[in-house]
Amino acid sequence: MLLQGIAAASGYAIGKAFVMQEQATAVERKDIGTDAVEAEVERFQNAVQQAMDELEQIKENTAAKLGEHHAEIFATHILVLQDEEFVGQAKEKVRQEAVNAEFALQEVTQQLVDIFTSMDSEYMRERAADFRDVSQRVLGLLSGKKSAQLSDFDEAVVLFAHDLTPSDTAQLDRSKVAGFATNIGGRTSHSAIMARSMEIPAVVGLQHATESVETGDMIMLDGSSGIILINPDEDTLSLYREKKQKFEKRQEEMKLYKDKPSVTADGHEVELVANIGNPQDALGARNNGAEGVGLYRTEFLYMGRDSFPSEEEQYNSYVTVCETIGSDKPVVIRTLDIGGDKELPYLELPKEMNPFLGYRAIRLCLDRKDLFKTQLRAILRASAHGNVKLMYPMISTITELREANAILAETKAELDEEGIAYNKGMEVGMMIEVPAAAIIADQLAKEVDFFSIGTNDLVQYTMAADRMNEQVSHLTQPFNPAVLRLIRMVIDAAHQEGKWAGMCGEMAGNLKAVPILLGLGLDEFSMSASSVLSVRVLLSRLNRDEMKQLAEEALALETAEEIQYLVVKRVAAVQELSI
Amino acid sequence: MEKQFTIKNPQGIHARPAGAIMKKAAEFANAQISLEFNGRKVSAKSITGVLTLGMKAGDIITVSAEGDQAAEAIDAVGTVIESVLD
Repeated sequence: MLLQGIAAASGYAIGKAFVMQEQATAVERKDIGTDAVEAEVERFQNAVQQAMDELEQIKENTAAKLGEHHAEIFATHILVLQDEEFVGQAKEKVRQEAVNAEFALQEVTQQLVDIFTSMDSEYMRERAADFRDVSQRVLGLLSGKKSAQLSDFDEAVVLFAHDLTPSDTAQLDRSKVAGFATNIGGRTSHSAIMARSMEIPAVVGLQHATESVETGDMIMLDGSSGIILINPDEDTLSLYREKKQKFEKRQEEMKLYKDKPSVTADGHEVELVANIGNPQDALGARNNGAEGVGLYRTEFLYMGRDSFPSEEEQYNSYVTVCETIGSDKPVVIRTLDIGGDKELPYLELPKEMNPFLGYRAIRLCLDRKDLFKTQLRAILRASAHGNVKLMYPMISTITELREANAILAETKAELDEEGIAYNKGMEVGMMIEVPAAAIIADQLAKEVDFFSIGTNDLVQYTMAADRMNEQVSHLTQPFNPAVLRLIRMVIDAAHQEGKWAGMCGEMAGNLKAVPILLGLGLDEFSMSASSVLSVRVLLSRLNRDEMKQLAEEALALETAEEIQYLVVKRVAAVQELSI
Repeated sequence: MEKQFTIKNPQGIHARPAGAIMKKAAEFANAQISLEFNGRKVSAKSITGVLTLGMKAGDIITVSAEGDQAAEAIDAVGTVIESVLD
C-alpha cells in the first residue's frame, strides 16, 4: 500500500512501524464547588511549575544535542507558562466558573489556537502547535501521567503519530527513530523544520496514516517525495535500500560544498543562485548554499489579497530579501509577471482565449504605467541596500524593451528630483521566454546588461505545446534541438556584447541539462534552492572543455531522447547524483 | 506616545522573536507598552499577546507606551521588532 503526504525532510527511512497511540485528550468539565477553587488553582500552579522544570531540562538537552538555536523554542514555552495572559486566564476561569483546571486550561488554549488557525499565513497558523504542546504537557501532569516518552525502542523504527509536538521532535533519538510520519502538519510546522535540521526523514500531512499503519508493519518512507510504502515486497525494499545508501553518501558529499564556490574540475567558475517567491524563501536559499537570488518572482506580493501592494510594502519585502541573503549577494528582481496562469482578481482582467499568449507581464505593465512605476520605485529604492538587479519578463520586441527602459529612466529622474537614493549602476536585464526575443538576442543584447532564459515558457512557446495540457505533455521537451539552438543563440549573443547570460527555468537545476548548459557557456544557473548543492557537486566533477565538445555533439543530434541519452552515457556523474 | 515599526524577519514574529520582544518590554517595569496591529492591541509584556498578533514580514506595527521611560521603551522594543532573528 502507498500513502502520499507532504515531503517534510528528505531522505529515506526503512524499518518497522511504531504507531504512537493518541493520548486521551478529551477533557471533561467538572464543577468543583467554590470551596475547592483555591486548592484547584494551587494544583494547577504546581503542574505549571513542574512543566517549567521539565522544559528547562529539555531545553538544556536540546541545546547540547542540536544547538542553542533549536533550544530557544523551549525557552519560549517557559515564557508562555509564565505569562499571565495564558496561565492567569486559566486560573481566572477556575475561580469564576468553579471548574476543574484541566477544563479551564483546555478552553483558554482552544481560544488561542483558534486565533492562530484563522491567520492567513501558514507559518503563523503553525504557531498554534506551540500552545497545544505547552498545554498538553500541563494536562499530562495534571492527570498524573508522565508525558509520552519516545525512548523505549530497541531498533530504529519509523514513527507514526497524529502529530509530533516540537518537544517530541527535539527528543527523538536518531539512533532509534529512522524517520517519522504524521497525520497533520505542513512543511513549515516546527516538527518539519526540526526534522530537516536533525536530518530525520519525515513526511507530514498524511491525514489518516496512523489508522492505515500498524505497529510492526515494514515501512519505507521517502521524505523527498512524501511517499510511504507499507509492507513493500523484498525487491522494492532492496531497491530503496540502494537509494538510501546513495542518498546518504550524496548528502555527506553535498555538505562539503555548501560554502564553496561553484567551480568546475578545470577551474571554470559559474554562479549558482536560487529562484524565490517571497522573503521567507530567501532564508532557504541561503541555508542551501545559493550565492544569491537569480529570480525573485514578485507576483506573489500581489496575489492572495484584494488590492495592490503599496510602494512601501514592496520596498520592505525587497530589502528583507537583500538583508536575508546578504547585501553583497546578487538579487535579480523580476517585475510583475501576472496574467497567463496567474490571475489577480482585483485587476479585473477580461477572460482570454489564450491567456499565455495574451495580456500579461510586461505587456500589461507597459499599459498600466501607474502600477509599473510603483514597482520600479520600490525596486530602485531597494537597490540602495543590496546588490539588486532589475529584470523584465516576457519581452517580445526591442520596442517593448525600449519602452520599459524609458519608464525606468523617467522613474529614476523622479527619484533624483526627490533626492531619494538608489544604485545608479543597477544592472537591468530581461528574460528570454519568447522565441522572437531569442532570435533577435543579438540586437537586444546591445540594450541590456544581462539575459535570463526562462525555459518553462520558452519551451512552451517554441514547441507550441501548452505545458498544463497532459495530452501534449510529450512535446514539453527542454532537450529538443530547437530549444537548445535558441539557448545557444541567446548565450552567444550576450557574450558577443560582453554581457552575461543566465537561466531561471527548471532546466537550470536539471542534472542532465547542466553539462550541456555549461558547455554552451551559461554564466548563471538559477534554480529551486534544494537543487543548488547537487548541481554544485556535479559541476565540480565536470570539465568545461569536455562539456563544450559534448554540447556541440548534442546540438548535432536530432531528437530530445538522443540528446538526453548522450549526456547520461558520457557523464557518469549525472547518473550517480540523480536519485 | 507611539511610533511605527516594520517587521523584517522573513518568517514573521514567531516564537523566538516574540520572546525577545517580550523580554525587552519586561525590562521597562514601570511602563505600559502595547503593540497594535490589524485593529488589535496587546501588552508587549505578554508572549501570548505578541504571538497572537500574527505579524508577518513587511507588516507595520504601532508601538505605544505610557509611564516611566516611555520613549526609551518604544525605541528599545522597536529595535527588537525590526531586527531579524531566525
